Amino acid sequence: MDSTWDILQLELPSAIWETLIMIGISLAASLVFGLLIGLILYLSSSPLFFPRRTLNAVMGVLVNVIRSVPFVILLVLLIPLTKLIVNTTIGPVAASVPLAFASVAFFARLVEGAFSEVDKGVLEAAIATGAGLGLILRKVLFVEAMPGLIRATTVTVISLIGYSAMAGLVGGGGIGDLAIQYGYYRYETGVMIATVLLLIVIVQGAQFVGDWCARVFTRK
Amino acid sequence: MVIVLDKVNVIFKQKGRKMHAVKEASITVGKGEIFGIVGPSGAGKSTLVRVINLLQPPASGQVMVGGQDITRFKGAALRNVRLKIGMIFQHFNLISGATVYNNIAFALKANNYPKEKIRARVLELLKQVNLSDKAQVYPANLSGGQKQRVAIARALANDPEILLCDEATSALDLENTEEIIRILRRINRDNPITIVFITHEMDVARKLFDRIAVMAEGEIVEVGDTYQIFTEPQHPLTQSLVSRVLNIEVPEHLELKGQEEMLKITYTGERAYEPLISKVSKEFDVLVDILHGKIEYIQGKPLGILLIKLSGEAAEIARARDYISGQVFKIERISAAKEGGELNG
Repeated sequence: MDSTWDILQLELPSAIWETLIMIGISLAASLVFGLLIGLILYLSSSPLFFPRRTLNAVMGVLVNVIRSVPFVILLVLLIPLTKLIVNTTIGPVAASVPLAFASVAFFARLVEGAFSEVDKGVLEAAIATGAGLGLILRKVLFVEAMPGLIRATTVTVISLIGYSAMAGLVGGGGIGDLAIQYGYYRYETGVMIATVLLLIVIVQGAQFVGDWCARVFTRK
Repeated sequence: MVIVLDKVNVIFKQKGRKMHAVKEASITVGKGEIFGIVGPSGAGKSTLVRVINLLQPPASGQVMVGGQDITRFKGAALRNVRLKIGMIFQHFNLISGATVYNNIAFALKANNYPKEKIRARVLELLKQVNLSDKAQVYPANLSGGQKQRVAIARALANDPEILLCDEATSALDLENTEEIIRILRRINRDNPITIVFITHEMDVARKLFDRIAVMAEGEIVEVGDTYQIFTEPQHPLTQSLVSRVLNIEVPEHLELKGQEEMLKITYTGERAYEPLISKVSKEFDVLVDILHGKIEYIQGKPLGILLIKLSGEAAEIARARDYISGQVFKIERISAAKEGGELNG
């Protein structure tokens, strides 16, 4: 039997790397697609912009469907799609596909919420100046929603750290998987404690950085 | 620019319920005029002013700005009209995440103002509202009055011909309200910009407006010259609004005896200064008691109100009353209020 230290030395660096890949890919997907979907959800529901009930409803249902499926199930459900996209179903990149789906849907809702929090009066004043939509989005909506968007990103990153632990089921690896494989299945309590401690530190760190950024952008 | 609203109706549909916010409202605001719309909250004033730049499209009726029917304007055409209509709000509505400088620059960018000239223009606008030292400050670090001045600078950035003010002083204290009134008056004097100002504060109305429209329950019930509105209010609502500025209280526990009569005298214009009271007590055999009195200035013109008590022979009182009637703008007989309450109109 290897000592806890040996296991950690052998497995931890690659586990951290795998976690980083999974979170990096899904977060990137969220920041692009989640932001876009969240923006469309907001714009199509706000009477100030383009109220489009049907578009909003269809998109809302799609997002909700993804969010209703338990992540473990989504992981398995999306295997054919994963195969199609990345041509493999094993490894952190493959695990990133279902992770990205879940986090895009999750992030989109948070983004919609962050935009909805923006003071309607400020947007109205911007519209009254005669500014075009692009300018209003860039210089008013995003600026005013920035602290909310940063907080949404923080919450998403932390959720991703949790979700990525389940990615072990499809051979995704990562820190959470290390905890399950060694700490749980092989009764390596030392590994379990070390990895959980590491996760706590990472989550705290993410929260701290997120809060700090949100504060910098809050000018109230 | 002349603004004409013709039979404007605004209807809100909320949860299957229809709310008729503005009913058949028609107003014409002349070029360079400071036009006020007053009325109690919920009267539809804000809704009506938002129709002018189509922040609130009307259900029916016509909106004419500078001779152009803009009622159906959309997209770029509407944005071009809005560039010429500045607007300020009760809660200032500045971009909280942008500096004072960037808040003003935003309006210039909306107008595709040449990039290299933006800086100079923003600084010039800041100077106009006396905030040159606040360019890099965020709105949260400004007082209410300063925020409204930034909002005014933003609204004036593109040299609009119309300025809409939606309860622009209602969130401010007296001192800042005065300051904003001064700035608006100066702007209106320096370049004849048409101002439409919504407020429920009659004190602002008497200091700032050239003409006033009174709104109640979505309808415009009275329109007139400010002095005329204050001196000869027709509609009961106007009378009650005006009386709040010109209110005079009958002293408590005042009881009139048989040979006494209480009169409320309103005098206007130059006559406000005439020594009417001493004349009356000299020429008639009556005693004149002044119970209460004040002079308000409306657009710089005095409007005096005096509550007097005449005592003496009934016939002599009548003669004195007749004489006073000929000298003053309005005279009313007042009965002693039971609880010493307020007198209206």
